[in-house]
Parts: sequence; C-alpha cells; structure tokens
Amino acid sequence: MISSVDIVIIGGGPAGLAAAISAKKNGIEDVLILERDHQLGGILNQCIHNGFGLHTFKEELTGPEYAQRFIDQTEELGIAYKLDTMVMDISSSKTVTAMNTVDRLFEIKAKAVILAMGCRERPRGALNIPGCRPAGIYSAGTAQRLINIEGILPGREVVILGSGDIGLIMARRMTLEGAKVKVVAELMSYSGGLKRNIVQCLDDFGIPLKLSHTVVDIRGRERLESVVLAEVDSHGKPVAGTEEEYQCDTLLLSCGLIPENELSLAMGIKTGSVTNGPVVNECLETNIEGVFACGNVLHVHDLVDFVSEEAALAGKYAAEYVKSDGNHTDAGKEILILHENGVRYTVPEKIHINRMPDELTVRFRVGAVYKNCYISVYAGQKRILHKKKQIAAPGEMEEVRLSKKTLEEISELEQITVKVEET
Amino acid sequence: MEETRNLTCIGCPLGCSIQVEMENDKITGIFGNTCKRGEVYARKEVTHPTRIVTSTVCVEHGIIPVVSVKTETDIPKEKIMDVMRSIKKLKVYAPVHTGDVILENAGGTGVNLVATKEVLTKTK
Ligand SMILES: Cc1cc2nc3c(=O)[nH]c(=O)nc-3n(C[C@H](O)[C@H](O)[C@H](O)COP(=O)(O)OP(=O)(O)OC[C@H]3O[C@@H](n4cnc5c(N)ncnc54)[C@H](O)[C@@H]3O)c2cc1C
Ligand code: SF4
Repeated sequence: MISSVDIVIIGGGPAGLAAAISAKKNGIEDVLILERDHQLGGILNQCIHNGFGLHTFKEELTGPEYAQRFIDQTEELGIAYKLDTMVMDISSSKTVTAMNTVDRLFEIKAKAVILAMGCRERPRGALNIPGCRPAGIYSAGTAQRLINIEGILPGREVVILGSGDIGLIMARRMTLEGAKVKVVAELMSYSGGLKRNIVQCLDDFGIPLKLSHTVVDIRGRERLESVVLAEVDSHGKPVAGTEEEYQCDTLLLSCGLIPENELSLAMGIKTGSVTNGPVVNECLETNIEGVFACGNVLHVHDLVDFVSEEAALAGKYAAEYVKSDGNHTDAGKEILILHENGVRYTVPEKIHINRMPDELTVRFRVGAVYKNCYISVYAGQKRILHKKKQIAAPGEMEEVRLSKKTLEEISELEQITVKVEET
Repeated sequence: MEETRNLTCIGCPLGCSIQVEMENDKITGIFGNTCKRGEVYARKEVTHPTRIVTSTVCVEHGIIPVVSVKTETDIPKEKIMDVMRSIKKLKVYAPVHTGDVILENAGGTGVNLVATKEVLTKTK
C-alpha cells in the first residue's frame, strides 16, 4: 500500500531540518524527513571545528552543536523522520521510493517534495593527476570522517592539494593530531577558502600555502611515498623546471564539491550547468511543480547559516503550495535573471514578480577576484542597484536584494541582469 | 628591540596585510589595515592572540569511537599544543552528552574541555 504524506524531505542535514521546521511552523502537520545516515545532521556531524552559526545564533558553534539546535527543534515539534533510509527514486508525479531494513522497499505519495541531499566531493578520477595510484590518497572529506567520527588518523606526513575550506580545516586537524602537514598546494592564484581559515589553519602552524601549484606526479608502489609539485602558468599548465618533491605518506585532495543530483535528474528536474543544482524560481521551486530544493543540493554554500535561511524559505513555500491544494496563486509572467561579466550564476534563476516577497535575496558567485568593483543589477536597461564592493571573490557567496516595488514600477520588464562593473 | 609582525586580517574577505611595528613588545605603529576593525584585530593578535581548540576524545562503549570536544572559551594561542597533549591521553565512557565537561583546566589554561556531541552507549 502506498501511504501519503503532505511534504517529504529528502535528506536530514541542516537544509532538510530547517525546511521541515519551517514547513511545520507554516501549518503543515504531516511532514516526513528521510535520511540515509544513522543520525540527523548531515555533513555537520563530521565538521567538529567551530565557526558555525555566527549569523544565526551570534555564537560560534561547532558543526555538531549547530546541527543539534535544529535536531532539538525537530524533536520538539514532533516532526517525523526515518533514519537509515535511502531514497532510491522520486517520480515526476512525486511518488518517493525508499528503502530501509524495517519497512524494506516502500513508496510514499507526496503532495510536495523538498530536495535537501547536500553535495559530495569531486572524486579523484575527475582530477586527472598523472602517476601511480598507491594507498594513502584520500579526499579531504573522507579524511575528516575518518579522524572525527571513526577516530583513525590516515597518515603522518601529509600534502594537501586544494585550498578550499575543507582542505584548510584538515591541515589544522591533522597537525593537531600530530601529523606533519608539509604544504598546501593550490592550482589557482588565490585560495578558495575563507581568510579566517588561512590564518587559523595554516599561518598559526606555519604550514606553507603554494598558490599556482599543482601535483604533477604521485610516487610509491603500495603506499604513497612522495608527490611532486610544480608551479603552473596562467593557463594552468605546469612550468618545466619548477618541480619539487615532497616525501609524504598521505595526499589529501580538496578539490571542490558537487551537488548530489542523481535523484533530481532521474525525475526530470532541470539543473544549471554552473551550479550543477536544480534551476529554481523565487519559491525555490524546480521545473516540476511542488518540488523544491535548498542547501548544498541547490548550490554549494560556504556558510551553513545561509543554508538554514534558504531551507526555511523552501519549507515555507512548500507549505503554501500544499495549503493551496497544489494551485499556485497566479504567477504571471516569468522573468529570467541573467548573469554577466564575472557573475557565474544566480539562485534563483527566474522569478515571478506577482509571487515574490517584498524583498527577494538573490545569491551568486563571481568567477574571479575583483577589487573595488560594483555589483549591479539591471531591470531591462535600467540600473536598479549599484553596490560598491571592496572585494568580491569566488570563495565567498554574494547576494543582492531585489525590491518588489522597484520591479513592479518597471513596465514591460523582460529580464533582470546581475553583473560586476568596474566603475 | 624592534620588530615588524606581518598579519592577515580575518575581519572581512579583503584580508588586508597588516604590518605591526613593535619596540620592546610595545606597539609603535600599525599599517596596511583598511579599516578600524583591522587595527583592533592586529592589536589583539600581537598582544594576546586566542583560539578555540576543537578535537576528539576516545569513547569506550559508544556507538562511535570518538566524541568531538572544544575548549569552552578561547585559550591563549600558544597553549594550543598543551591542550592537545592533555586531550591525547584521555578516555571517557559512553554515554556522553553535549556540554558534558570532559576535562577541567585543559592543558593548564584554566578552561574546561566540553563535549560538542552526544555519543550514546552501544547496545549489543
Ligand atoms: C568539510 C566541510 C566544512 C565546512 N565548514 C563550514 C564552516 O566552517 N562554517 C559553516 O558555516 N559552514 C561550513 N560548511 C558548510 C555546511 O556544513 C554545509 O553548507 C551544510 O552542511 C549543507 O547542508 P545540507 O543539508 O545542504 O547538506 P548535508 O549536510 O550534506 O546533508 C545532506 C543529507 O542528505 C542525506 N542524503 C543524501 N542523499 C540521500 C538519499 N538518496 N536518501 C536519503 N538521504 C540522503 C545525506 O546523508 C545528508 O545527511 C562546511 C562543509 C563541509 C563539507
Ligand atoms: S582591515 Fe578592515 S577591510 Fe581590511 S580585512 Fe580587516 S576588516 Fe577587512
């Protein structure tokens, strides 16, 4: 027998939890979270460092503490969840097929679905590094799980490729556990990580950061013995003669995250080529009506606070959708948000002015480091926002707020453009 | 004795490079910061830098073998490794709850080490 549920949420990380709490607070009793892990909290369970929740709680929490605040609320509100439950399929008519050892294979017909599956690390295969494949090569997130959850130190002499936040955090973590982190190499000429992490994870421990460097060789038969780094030119090509060999037993790869969208793609959801996440409108709704997305499955966030904020909106809109019996208020014309000149993508990517809130947050990332620039928003030909930025960098998500009133005043609006301008 | 300390401000993504000139441990000049926050940060970093230490401690009979911990407040930066040494030898028994004091006066800092996660007892 197929049971039915008002809102099914796929994934019980910070996004899924905040969406569930918000859906419930917006009047939907029948909410169910499906989580494949044995606990709620998602990736935060392994992020034991502090620095979470500065925006939301004005305190510096560790990942597990931040997650616990939302888990507590979930429990207090009596929201239903199933752990150790893998969602296998979602049909375009919102029937969710999942599996666990108690219920075995089961189906749930949902009125609305919220996708909150998070992201996973870019696999090593996709990185294309020459040399052998001995033991001792891990993704930074895998090493993080080994140390922080399983209590296993993967190695003693470490080289890290990639200076995103996970790589930086792991440089400190391994150092604290007594390993020697010899160097962090970064392909780009700037680090994708937060300044705070560069100072507190590398500088504090005297770990060198080599920008514009990459791994050109991996040596060792069974176990990793050394890696060779070389400088790269402006096209990312290694420069001959700059090779340096580092003895090490461990190489951590911290080369970015990809939203986990196999389920979304299989159900026919359109994804963006830059974010690899679903294309959504002002309600965080995908191209399939009643299917919403939030958190890292939508686009990779650096700050969990924004994940929670975004997810709460998805929960609210899903609740409204269910309350309206699946009949959206007349949305009116769809306006595209285009990105140009250094802006790599925007979320949302299309909006309906009728349905948008008085102020709508549009999040995006820039493609390079810009100093003393402006972030501009054009409604058709008219510039409606011109915000000065001392710096905009790919590592930090940016946002602009669109005012409904301003947009309503523009006649014949076809499209909105967000771009970086030098003056 | 004169010295110049080079810092990177963490106040915002601009990450200004700040030079602090010191003479006999007294600050004689701060340069390179774009705003006041950078100066406040630099002053603290050269006089008494502090950090919160986060790590894990072994748990016996828990559903997972380690529990995450943190120093309850920030501690002097130079004591980070002292705290780590005091953590290394520790072992606690499940169940552990968020906020439980795992070690008092960690590494002689006067600050307690507390659990940041719940680890229940393994049933079986
Ligand atoms: C290593 C690392 C360090 C970070 N450091 C910081 C920091 O210092 N400060 C900060 O603010 N933010 C930080 N972040 C970011 C923040 O943790 C993430 O943005 C946030 O956890 C994303 O939440 P989410 O719910 O979208 O995804 P996740 O936390 O990944 O949760 C997704 C959940 O969905 C479940 N799931 C996926 N597929 C299925 C399926 N098919 N069936 C059932 N369940 C499924 C997963 O098991 C998981 O529990 C960090 C992130 C990482 C990875
Ligand atoms: S000095 Fe001011 S502008 Fe410069 S990084 Fe610090 S906070 Fe930012």
